[in-house]
Amino acid sequence: MTVHPTGTFTPAPGSAGLGRMVRAQARMEARLMLRNGEQLLLAIVIPVIVLVGGVAAAGRLGSTFEGHAPVDLLTPGVLALAIMSTAFTSVAIATGFERRYGVIKLLGSSPLPRHGLLLGKVLALLNVVALQLVVLVAVALALGWEPSLAHPPTAVVGLVLTVALGTAAFGSLGLLVAGALRAEATLALANLVYLLLMAGGGVVLPTSAYGAAGGLIQWLPSGALGEAMRAALVHSDIDSRSLLVLAAWALLGAVLTARTFRWE
Amino acid sequence: MPPASPAVVVDGLVMAYGDKVAVDGLSLEVARGSITAVLGPNGAGKTTTLETCEGYRVPQRGTVRVLDLDPQRDRAELLPRIGVMLQSGGAWSGVRAVEMLEHMASLHAHPLDTEMLVDRLGLAECGRTPYRRLSGGQKQRLGLAIALVGRPELVFVDEPTAGMDPQARRTTWEMLEEVRRDGVTVVLTTHHMDEAEHLADLIHIIDRGTLIASGTPAELTRGGRSATIRLVVNRPFPDGAPESLRAELGPLTEVRQLDEVSMLIHGPADASTLGRVSRWCEEHGVLPQTLTLGQRTLEDVFLELTGRELAT
Repeated sequence: MTVHPTGTFTPAPGSAGLGRMVRAQARMEARLMLRNGEQLLLAIVIPVIVLVGGVAAAGRLGSTFEGHAPVDLLTPGVLALAIMSTAFTSVAIATGFERRYGVIKLLGSSPLPRHGLLLGKVLALLNVVALQLVVLVAVALALGWEPSLAHPPTAVVGLVLTVALGTAAFGSLGLLVAGALRAEATLALANLVYLLLMAGGGVVLPTSAYGAAGGLIQWLPSGALGEAMRAALVHSDIDSRSLLVLAAWALLGAVLTARTFRWE
Repeated sequence: MPPASPAVVVDGLVMAYGDKVAVDGLSLEVARGSITAVLGPNGAGKTTTLETCEGYRVPQRGTVRVLDLDPQRDRAELLPRIGVMLQSGGAWSGVRAVEMLEHMASLHAHPLDTEMLVDRLGLAECGRTPYRRLSGGQKQRLGLAIALVGRPELVFVDEPTAGMDPQARRTTWEMLEEVRRDGVTVVLTTHHMDEAEHLADLIHIIDRGTLIASGTPAELTRGGRSATIRLVVNRPFPDGAPESLRAELGPLTEVRQLDEVSMLIHGPADASTLGRVSRWCEEHGVLPQTLTLGQRTLEDVFLELTGRELAT
């Protein structure tokens, strides 16, 4: 057999560096998420409608919430909703179909290791969340939002912790669903849970608005995310209990996902 | 330099799903720099064997070594060195064909020029088409490009030409031959004997999870006691024709009716068989339009070894 050392296909195997692979994977996933119409609806359109609609409705009723202008109270809730929609629903649906279509299988034969795939996913998720927050903050400011400036450093730390822990909690729960169920079941469940939590999970409206049920709702990841976000942006405060609740959900989700996730 | 060890060594592999045994004590080797075909009917255990070599499945019994590595334990070291073409799927539904290829290229240190691959495999026409809208043949060609893009030492291609038109099939064969010429080892599964005969240096025929024959295409089809006779007649055969012809020709013969005017006869390759076939036609009032004695094919080999047809 003659081997031509300069042939087109002459072997030169090797893995790209982990950093490069993770960035490539993150870029790819973020691009696909933003290209998908339904995902974009969840990520941007629905939160914008909730914000604009909520402010308009409250304005017509002439109501204020606990002495705050509607937009000041609704904006943190809508930011929380946006995080929930991307970290939970979008991640669950995208990952469920990646399993179904064999994407995870093919990547499993590539040099990208599994922890690289997970890091890529997290990076893509954080990029999309950042983009959502920018768009929603711009809309909120246009509607007259005035975030609490009582103590800006505390507000910023509270916001960063809330975004990080909220994304981690919902992201790990999204992966849990996607790794255990069929793609169609994941699609149905992820949307159903999103709708239920949007309506009754203490995300957009404070848990105090739910009466007696509020005591329970504040222990849900949705209620904790909404409360922590409102604490940071309405009161320039860090809601340690809600952040701990989010951390606990993130840990629970991660442990269960690691035990149950099936790659194929 | 010491003689190169085989690229793949499968030894006594057993794989079962529940109580269905897919691979039953399979042992085979793949020489470096060869194209080796694993040939067998659907459900013979080809894909399971390949997926064990690729590290997707843990051997239940026996061992698998690929490029002197354990696909499980040495996974991180092995994966950059192999290319894998899955039988189906493997891409996001909304990803564009070229985008997918470029993504896979970016995971490797010295990838091939993706434009060259796109050009060579005729993917330019569908480069911006989302994966879900590609035809079966286009998906296969993209899958082959993905398997090759990392410049692997060894590629596993599972049914590479399934769903391809003859032109694309020819292009794929030419590319696999060039890949081998450049020093890449190719392991392919197929249930098309013409593909194995055309491409492979070595063929392993497997059936029901075990190896039933190995050899070069020439070794496997050389000699033998049988030939294939193709008979086409001018009007439909009477009822019970295959049985009656078989009774005429004797127990060493297999007769299969293809349609109402043609039959394939596997049997002793001699003039007396041909004579008896034409006499039978005369007695049954049909006139032979074609009566040809064909060379022994891999299909005949498979039929002799298993008593069943290869094509499914």
